Amino acid sequence: MIIKQLSVFLENRTGRLTELTGILAEHDINISAFSIADTADYGILRMIVGKPEQAAEVLRNRGFAVKITDVVGMIVPHRPGGLHKALQIISGSDITIDYMYAFASGDCKATVVIRADSLENIIRVLQEHKLELLQQGDVYQL
Amino acid sequence: MIWNEHHECMEREELRKLQGERIRSMVERVYFNVPFYRRKLQDMGIEPGDIRTIDDLQKLPFTTKQDLRDNYPFGLFAVPQQEIVRLHASSGTTGKSTVVGYTHNDILMWSEVVARSLTMAGISGSDIMQVAYGYGLFTGGLGLHYGAEKIGASVIPISGGNTKKQLQLMVDFGSTAIACTPSYAAYLGEALTEEKIDRKNIKLKAGIFGAEPWTEEMRTQIEQLLGLKAYDIYGLSEVIGPGVSMECWCQNGMHIFEDHFIPEIINPETGELLPYGDLGELVFTPATKEAMPLIRYRTRDLTRLHAEPCECGRTLVRMEKCVGRSDDMLIIRGVNVFPSQIESVLLEMNETKPHYLLVVDRENNLDVLEIQVEVEEQFFSDEVKELEGLRRRIHANIASLLGLSASIRLVEPGTIERSMGKAQRVLDKRKLT
Repeated sequence: MIIKQLSVFLENRTGRLTELTGILAEHDINISAFSIADTADYGILRMIVGKPEQAAEVLRNRGFAVKITDVVGMIVPHRPGGLHKALQIISGSDITIDYMYAFASGDCKATVVIRADSLENIIRVLQEHKLELLQQGDVYQL
Repeated sequence: MIWNEHHECMEREELRKLQGERIRSMVERVYFNVPFYRRKLQDMGIEPGDIRTIDDLQKLPFTTKQDLRDNYPFGLFAVPQQEIVRLHASSGTTGKSTVVGYTHNDILMWSEVVARSLTMAGISGSDIMQVAYGYGLFTGGLGLHYGAEKIGASVIPISGGNTKKQLQLMVDFGSTAIACTPSYAAYLGEALTEEKIDRKNIKLKAGIFGAEPWTEEMRTQIEQLLGLKAYDIYGLSEVIGPGVSMECWCQNGMHIFEDHFIPEIINPETGELLPYGDLGELVFTPATKEAMPLIRYRTRDLTRLHAEPCECGRTLVRMEKCVGRSDDMLIIRGVNVFPSQIESVLLEMNETKPHYLLVVDRENNLDVLEIQVEVEEQFFSDEVKELEGLRRRIHANIASLLGLSASIRLVEPGTIERSMGKAQRVLDKRKLT
């Protein structure tokens, strides 16, 4: 239920992100989702990719600072109020969210990637409320 | 082990007598053979006979790097050119390169002081020594090479760079000692980890590191990475090259080979001689050099000398690690800043490695200092608040040490240039004209 997310430190330099996506493409690694947290000088790229261990390795070899972070993927209905309901559940519990980002896959579902202080707690809370969680097999290339 | 017990453990009084004899003969040589010095001494009303003991050294004028440039290339040589057997030259990044010459005897003397240095680090004829200093015009490579041969070590003259080959030979040949710049040693240590080479296959026990400033923290880091004991060697080509002074096992300052290189500490502003223990500019008179004997050469290095006896048994004075150079000291908003201070802050924090670049610029007539620091993967957090916290901590630590507010820029690992020779730590963009 815990998903491996790839986090990469990126300087704000023209073409740097393209370099990275090029390397992943070269190694046939698919990106399911990504988001960038940006500051004036640098950004932190967070991605859900197929073959995360391999992706980390190839990026490291090309000089990127890479970290694999555990996150949870929460699946919510892709319709008005879908996210709201899920967030009400989380905010009603005692969980602190570090960051989150979401992607909708076109059909009737959307996925929210969440990094929180305690992933066990968030998984427990979401399961108690019968919310669907993303499984590893759903996102990784196997 | 002491290579030359007679000269390294001499009674101080006896040593002073020897130094006196040596400067007396040197002043005579330069007076009659170097027009530059003859004019200078005549202008001051000094004749060779006025210099009798070591106490008379103070009467003599200083020699500066500018004097070397003004007499480029061979103007300060005290012997005819056919007696010169070797020429070295500095890189000349700040102007014309400075050229130094050696006679056959100078090379023998240089080998002798490097042999003493290596012996101080416990290196002997049974060692395999990788000389990873650059060979060529830079004195590092050949200087260490001749000394290592003199003690009978098996020398690998691999020179600088070519890191993969360095590591391969280190394993295949079983190098037990290495000499290079400390920044390259740290780089080799990191490469060892990257190449996933098992530490068991590395037999290094001693490292001779010098030619650029480094800190105690860096020493610890190198010792851990390479599994050796790291020794500091000091030298400059104007005096001889590496082997002017060297650390013994006590690691409590570097013993200066005073029988050849007579040290003084002066106030860099006034030129006044300072007592042992005071911080000031280091001045050397390489009294036994034949090709290019310099009178009271100002090194621009700032340090202190200590004459208390050392546990190792040597009576030679010890110099502290240089706190900086009076000419690479940056003055930012009136504050004196040495790159080595920034380095200590970064290393002490244990959250960064000492890969940094200081960029100084002037915006609206105000000096601004930006410190670029590489984000190391082991300390990389994927949360902005953590990275911003790191940035704030660096900022606060620099501010508390230097009283200076610097902007901290986090950059990707490996983006600050690693040099095989002296590390480039400062980019000063100020135009002060």
